[in-house]
Amino acid sequence: MLILSRKKDQKILIGDGIEIWVVDLRGDTVKLGIKAPKEVKVYRQEVALEIQAANQAALSSSLDLPFPDVEPPEHKTD
Amino acid sequence: MKLDTKAYGPVEIEDKQILAFPRGLLGFEEYTRFALIDAHKKPFFWLQNLDEVRIAFILIKPSIFHDDYDPGLSREDLDELGNPEAADLLVFAIVTIPESGPMTANLQGPLVINRKTGKGAQCISPKDEYRTKHDILEEMAARRE
Repeated sequence: MLILSRKKDQKILIGDGIEIWVVDLRGDTVKLGIKAPKEVKVYRQEVALEIQAANQAALSSSLDLPFPDVEPPEHKTD
Repeated sequence: MKLDTKAYGPVEIEDKQILAFPRGLLGFEEYTRFALIDAHKKPFFWLQNLDEVRIAFILIKPSIFHDDYDPGLSREDLDELGNPEAADLLVFAIVTIPESGPMTANLQGPLVINRKTGKGAQCISPKDEYRTKHDILEEMAARRE
């Protein structure tokens, strides 16, 4: 693993299309700017992991669907 | 064609119900072919994998319980789906029904589908207000008040 030190506004370039730079430093929080080609998806790791965990939990759902005890309103999507 | 489903056993489905999720779902990247089936109870749907019967998700349309849901799809998300017109874009949330505790829906990682091409993807909403566990019945009840 490569470890680099950067000061505020200094950049790291990854390949041709990805730029990462330090926008701000405050306490133990680093604010990063990220520029990447559109086919490269950039997420916070914990969000992607949370959605993975939610997908996993959804798989073990009861097959017996509860009928909501409130009438669904007319919805507008279709 | 006949499809073996987790919820209902063998079910007859039509070609138009078949969807391709080229990237799969998060944590389930290897499962890419699904069918969208009406659940026997409204307002739910089943997203049943074609290759593995145990891979099946319960879906709900967010508009059923959450006002003005807008996942904030990026240009790239829409490109991936082939830039559907608004009328062809379907948005679903995956439902979790735990053994105990409330039934919840994931509004942070919605499933979006281009109805015209049958292509779908799980997106990650950039909006902080959406979480992976929205209490469906609580939000419906709050909305009625």
